[in-house]
Amino acid sequence: MTGIELSEITASFGGERVLGPLSFAVTPGEQVALVGKSGAGKSTLMRLIYQQSNGGATLIPQDLGLVHALPVFHNVYMAQLNRHPTWYNVCTLVRPFQRERREIMPLLEQLGINEKQWAPVASLSGGQRQRVAIARALYRNSGMLLADEPVSALDGPMAHTVMALLQESYQTSIVALHDIELALRYSHRIIGIQDGRIALDEPSARLSEADILPLY
Amino acid sequence: MFSYPTVRASFLFLAIACVGLVFADIAITTVNPWRDLGRFFLGVVTPDFFSTEGLATAILRTVAFAFTGVTLGSVAGFLLALVYRWRVVRMFSAFIRAIHELFWALIFLQFFGFHPLTGVLAIAIPYAGIFAKVYSEILDEADQEPLRLLPPGTGVISAFLYARVPDVWDRIRTYTSYRLECGMRSSAILGFVGLPTIGFYLEASFSQGLYSEAGALLILFYVLIATIPWWVKPKLLPVYIIGAPFFLGEGLPIVWGNVTRFFTQDIVPAPIRNDESWAELGLWFSDLMFNEALPGLWNTVVLTQIALVFTGLLALLAFPLISSHFGGPVRRVSGHVFLVVVRSTPEYILAYILLQLWGPSMLPAVVALALHNGGIIGHLIGRQTSMIRLRSDASVGLNRYTFELIPRVYRSFLAFLFYRWEIIMRETAILGILGVATLGFYIDSAIQNIRFDRAMVLILITALLNIGIDALSRFIRGRLALKTMPTC
Repeated sequence: MTGIELSEITASFGGERVLGPLSFAVTPGEQVALVGKSGAGKSTLMRLIYQQSNGGATLIPQDLGLVHALPVFHNVYMAQLNRHPTWYNVCTLVRPFQRERREIMPLLEQLGINEKQWAPVASLSGGQRQRVAIARALYRNSGMLLADEPVSALDGPMAHTVMALLQESYQTSIVALHDIELALRYSHRIIGIQDGRIALDEPSARLSEADILPLY
Repeated sequence: MFSYPTVRASFLFLAIACVGLVFADIAITTVNPWRDLGRFFLGVVTPDFFSTEGLATAILRTVAFAFTGVTLGSVAGFLLALVYRWRVVRMFSAFIRAIHELFWALIFLQFFGFHPLTGVLAIAIPYAGIFAKVYSEILDEADQEPLRLLPPGTGVISAFLYARVPDVWDRIRTYTSYRLECGMRSSAILGFVGLPTIGFYLEASFSQGLYSEAGALLILFYVLIATIPWWVKPKLLPVYIIGAPFFLGEGLPIVWGNVTRFFTQDIVPAPIRNDESWAELGLWFSDLMFNEALPGLWNTVVLTQIALVFTGLLALLAFPLISSHFGGPVRRVSGHVFLVVVRSTPEYILAYILLQLWGPSMLPAVVALALHNGGIIGHLIGRQTSMIRLRSDASVGLNRYTFELIPRVYRSFLAFLFYRWEIIMRETAILGILGVATLGFYIDSAIQNIRFDRAMVLILITALLNIGIDALSRFIRGRLALKTMPTC
């Protein structure tokens, strides 16, 4: 399990700097919540961290990145395409094997979308799609999680279930959240981003909602 | 009005066509064209479905060649699409689709003879080039995000099958089945060079003046095209694809000696074949250029520009026929029937019929091209206007046409028209086989005189002309910021 170290990273869009320069390190076993108002540069930062991991980390992007024409099962299965030979993946595309069915079914049950297992993602609601992307991330189980607003379309109880599941499966994580309460509860450390710079970096235990609100 | 670049472009093309008309050879040369036309229409309304047992065979062969050719073309095109980012593949695809199906058929006839392979390859090769381009465009438009999210170490094939194909499968399927309809038309006209499809029987009936038989063939062809949604079902496709090759007919066996001779002798320029000097080769080439290629090129361009403008005019006149903003249900239904008939009749068949009736000149070619292409664009634009919702107190009649609808659809109208520019040019070249002095005329004559070396050079020139027009059309569409979907 590896952490991540960023030094003096920047990002520009159309000639204008939108992020950085900023530096920070996340050690293995650390769960970080990224907070800040929309447009502060959280998503850009997520992308940069993912690029630096060379695909080694698991990413839940804001737009989810699902294949809409494929069923829920196959979207989840895609997280482990690299663990099987090509012929096995081709067969699974036509007719999944029992082994993966048994692995994926419990994940979908926990997220309450088991009945949609064979429905194409295109036919699901926004919240259901978000849970498919989360199931995919849980199935990937890579050691480090990068999630950009993973519960934005979920209702209260489900949001807590999902955050707890993610916290349990990924010892090391960086999760961007706009919900301050969730951020405080499901992280060890909070990094606040304002105008593309780090405005706050403290252990969660030492912070309260009032400390974070000025960022918004 | 002239401050709009689209309007300026339109008038520029109109002016070019007017200049072209001065040079064009437009005439009716038959003694009694209207009586022949009357007899033809009488034949269409009194079709004779039982005159020959060939009718059923003609339909069967037309369908079989279309299915086999389009299937082969789509598989090859898909493989080419995977490596379409390579410049050499793009050039190869552009080249094979720049040569019309009939020219491919004429080439293969010289060495495979009347073997089914001739017809199948004549469809499959140019279609592979078209499929390669369109498939690669569709694949490029797929959402790239799932591909980026795959775990590292995922195999190329697995990644392709999971993250790229499913997203675009629907569009690939829609486009392929649309092309199948185009394939039916291509297959039908292959009969005009001797393959056993509808065109062959149509030409036979016409040349004997059996208009009722010709009428029956045409009606059957329309029914065949119009009922495609009912008899081509996804579940039946494997049956058709596997079955089609068995219904291509026997044809004549391939003489392999002919194949070798074609490539080692026939297509080698005569002066080289006869070991003559370089000076002789120069003379041979300049004779070919000045007496055949350049006149053919000139006529092809003139005819294309005139036909392009008439296509546009006809489309603008025809779209109100099916637009829900004009007239009642009776007019719209008859408008639909008219547009279905003109757009499902291949321009080659239209031109053939009109040439029989009016005699050889550019006139039948212009009318045929304008009717067919104008019908296609008119149909698409008419359908588009029906989706426009006007405010309830919008003007009616001519004011509605000029102030409400034309400004709204003009850009997409131009996009379709420029897209079809290259198609019209390809067709113009091919109409030469019927006797209009375009490039096809000189190609056909060279083949008749067994001078394949000359024919090959002329086909090459035709292909280059098409590639040039295609590039020019893309440039103009880019400058005017016009976007369109592919049509055939």
